[in-house]
Amino acid sequence: MNAPRNVEEEINLLLEKVKQELTPQLFEELSNKLKEAVKKHRITMEQASKVIEEIVRNYHRSLIDPGEAVGTITAQSLGEPSTQMTLRVFHYAGVREYNVTLGLPRLIEIVDARKSPETPIMEIYLTEDVKHDLEKVKEIARHIELTYIENITEEFAIDYTEGAAIIKLDREMLADKGVTVEKVVEVLNELELGEVSVSPEDPYEVRVYLSEEYLDPVKIEKLRTKILQARVKGVRNIKKTIIQKRGDEYVIIAEGSNLEEVMKIPGVNWRKVYTNNIHEIERILGIEAARAAIIKEIKNTLDDQGLDVDIRHIMLLADMMTWTGHVRQVGRMGIAGEKPSVLARATFETTVQKLVESAVMGEEDALPSITENIIIGQMIPVGTGLVRVYMNPSIIKKEEVKPQGEESE
Amino acid sequence: MIRMNEEINILEHELVPKHEIVPPEEAIQLLKKLGIEPWQLPWMSMDDPVAKAIGAKPGDIVRIIRKSPTAGVFVAYRYVVVEVTKKS
Repeated sequence: MNAPRNVEEEINLLLEKVKQELTPQLFEELSNKLKEAVKKHRITMEQASKVIEEIVRNYHRSLIDPGEAVGTITAQSLGEPSTQMTLRVFHYAGVREYNVTLGLPRLIEIVDARKSPETPIMEIYLTEDVKHDLEKVKEIARHIELTYIENITEEFAIDYTEGAAIIKLDREMLADKGVTVEKVVEVLNELELGEVSVSPEDPYEVRVYLSEEYLDPVKIEKLRTKILQARVKGVRNIKKTIIQKRGDEYVIIAEGSNLEEVMKIPGVNWRKVYTNNIHEIERILGIEAARAAIIKEIKNTLDDQGLDVDIRHIMLLADMMTWTGHVRQVGRMGIAGEKPSVLARATFETTVQKLVESAVMGEEDALPSITENIIIGQMIPVGTGLVRVYMNPSIIKKEEVKPQGEESE
Repeated sequence: MIRMNEEINILEHELVPKHEIVPPEEAIQLLKKLGIEPWQLPWMSMDDPVAKAIGAKPGDIVRIIRKSPTAGVFVAYRYVVVEVTKKS
């Protein structure tokens, strides 16, 4: 009975030796699996050490070699599948349809780091106490959805004889959006246009008795938009909300994006709120969150099209995009345009312009990288080309000087 | 009625990995080990919301402990810089 125990201890010793060489996750898995194998199959010490040896060797073999052109591999690995993507798709999902940009347009959008996506979407998760209760979820969704007077108005007219704006409210829309007539009166009062009152004949007719200055026929159009565009409730930029059931919880999908405001709303699980607007994430949650969002968005876009790209390529791309502490695009105004070498920049778009610019600035090019060296026809610093022979002149000098010194004496 | 939201702390958001300021002595060791100058690390703006939240000043090195799908846990570093390329 003593034998297996000894094996376990010795395996631990062996594992300790290789701990520094492996990643924590790999090490954990290896030690767990090994211990399990020892218990189950009673493998011998010799076998165990062979397994460890093999795993360490395979791990080292799977590492990227110094001088490997990872950037080029990434560019090709992402570029090739993108040629197979659908060029222009609009996808409708859910019960009440909403638009999402997908496929190549979305990928270009992310890589170009546009200020705002074509179809901003938010995923709003809710806190424990409300996420299973449809009524409460609906209440929050209504609270988030932006509503103007326009959305709940059936008829709008201006009565010149009375000097009043007559707003006839839509009963169904009021119920749907969860707005009361009192709320509308309150909003109109805040505009300070004149006295607001509900018509005695019709409880859904609101009249605004305008003061003299607003009755100028020239300004009437302006007044009209001012009233109709008054915000009754909701978060700015959120145009529409849809409630979706995911597993056993309800999630609000919002068309439009306003991370900052939505996070503040009670009942919203601000730890999980997500938007597809990467610049907004950078502004509110920081550059690391933006990096995570870029990876997530690109991965989702590719997965959606059934393309299998290794996540490490996407991670490298996201790392490059967030290198300077801000999200920058891959194109002329970003990564390609900020390369240190003049020739490398000139190779990519607007050649003459770039050359003139750097001539004016008096730039130098030390030819440190690949593109420049290809232009010149030199060996490129990639793979074995990266290796250089260095000479330390001070050591050679010493060795040369010494014997000479001895002779002269 | 729904109860009010507790104080929002962006550091606890799902997308934000763990950030911590590397103490100067450790930072020197780290740069020596990597054989690089601090500016060769990826940067992070001093105006970054997370940098502000943890109180990082320009010149600090921030350790970022990310969850990685390939390596499990991955430790990255960022060098806090003064805003140079103001874009937005």
